[in-house]
Amino acid sequence: MTQRYLRRYRDATRMNHWFVALMFFAAALSGLAFFHPSLFFFSALFGGGPWTRILHPFLGVAMVLGFVFLFFTMWRENLLDRSDREWIANAPKMLAGDKASMPPVGKYNAGQKLVFWAFGLSLLLLFVTGFMFWSPWFVHFFPITVRRIAVLVHSVSAVVLILSVITHIYAAIWVKGTLRAMTRGTVTEGWAKLNHPLWHRKMTRGE
Amino acid sequence: MSSLQTLDIAARSATTTPSPHARSRPQVQEVAKLIDVSTCIGCKACQVACMQWNDLRDEIGDVGGSYNNPNDLTPDSWTVMRFAEVEPEPGKLEWLIRKDGCMHCEDPGCLKACPAPGAIVKYSNGIVDFISEHCVGCGNCVTGCPFDVPRISKTDNKAYKCSLCSDRVGVGLEPACVKACPTGAIHFGTKDAMHEYASERIVDLKDRGFANAGVYDPAGVGGTHVMYVLQHADRPGLYSNLPTNPKISPLVSLWKGVAKPLAVLAMVGAVVGSFFHYMKVGPIEAKEDKGTEDDDGDVVVIEAPPEHGVVVAPLDAPPDGRPRA
Repeated sequence: MTQRYLRRYRDATRMNHWFVALMFFAAALSGLAFFHPSLFFFSALFGGGPWTRILHPFLGVAMVLGFVFLFFTMWRENLLDRSDREWIANAPKMLAGDKASMPPVGKYNAGQKLVFWAFGLSLLLLFVTGFMFWSPWFVHFFPITVRRIAVLVHSVSAVVLILSVITHIYAAIWVKGTLRAMTRGTVTEGWAKLNHPLWHRKMTRGE
Repeated sequence: MSSLQTLDIAARSATTTPSPHARSRPQVQEVAKLIDVSTCIGCKACQVACMQWNDLRDEIGDVGGSYNNPNDLTPDSWTVMRFAEVEPEPGKLEWLIRKDGCMHCEDPGCLKACPAPGAIVKYSNGIVDFISEHCVGCGNCVTGCPFDVPRISKTDNKAYKCSLCSDRVGVGLEPACVKACPTGAIHFGTKDAMHEYASERIVDLKDRGFANAGVYDPAGVGGTHVMYVLQHADRPGLYSNLPTNPKISPLVSLWKGVAKPLAVLAMVGAVVGSFFHYMKVGPIEAKEDKGTEDDDGDVVVIEAPPEHGVVVAPLDAPPDGRPRA
């Protein structure tokens, strides 16, 4: 008998993921600095207020462009289907500590899929609205009313993105053995059987 | 003008604690500039005085088809006479000249929208001032202003606008434009005194047939510290689109009002909630088939779903995708 691992991500996908993750932290911290006065101190990480203002949009664009590759790598596996309803209906029980009633899931469960689409949608909105008040390059193309709508949508989207990332990170900490999917590229067979039995079966043809 | 040397700050941008304002109202009286449009002759002496006192030299621009010169407010032109030829009644042409610039709102939208601590302050006397060394150049003040006044410089990316000569007012002088006005159309004093003067002018104007003469001190922004006497106060739009009822956009109020604390609460709550969830419920852990490792210590990685069998590769060896029979 040997210890078996299952390949969950190619190295290219993992590097792509970590690039997006780093850009997310940089863009989120620089953006939060301008969102609430109590968070303005984050601007010190980027060399002060003006530098934070200069860097934030470039960091954000880098994050979005990085995510585009992840999106096309993963979107098919994240399409929601009928079986996801049952998972969502039973999710509260799982959160309370009872995983027994969860339906078997494939590569991604409904929670992961929803996080994926929340990422995609919020990043799209952040990208589009960000240009509308990107000073000094693009802001002049947009009338003030459009900018007012844009800053509000940008803020709401950013909060949705940050909450989704908190969910994403917590799930990785909560479900033991998950992190190595992104740090090593592989997961243990036991992890796959417990958390993604249909994916495990597909990978091993029922072994 | 610097802000922290004074003790009369009524409000400070992106600041959640009170600013030093020992000399706050009522000791310090609210000031106001009153611009009597009915006695303005459009000579632009105020514009010249503004550039002279503030050492501003705007670039020479193009003629835009009116007497406006420059055509609009710029980072280097903090006040502009706006000339409008209008017919308030058919056949009755009027040339309405309005000196445009910062209105110094009691509830300043720029200050509300500004994310940089102390980049915009409102003094106890009501003057709203940009403290340029704290400005980060984001342009939020432009988004917040109901009068479209702030302008971002292309050379230093800082926001600029009329300071109501806060440096002069601070030492007991009137703003430069007030001093220069040859017809006395621009007045400066306490806000109460300006209202008193305006009410006399309104009586005069009504006698002269301007039935709707009135003072422009819009309540939507809590009143302004730059006020107008208008011949047609019922139609401010005649005066080069002066807003009838300016107020901070509800979008800005939502963004910089309730959304800010709620979003911070949600984000901090999500982190703290996750922490307590973990401590209460504990992790989800898989049971590995113990003992398997002990047998021979072999480790294999299943690289991809099998086509004919399981594709495996030994760990620490290049995965060659060799199918296992």
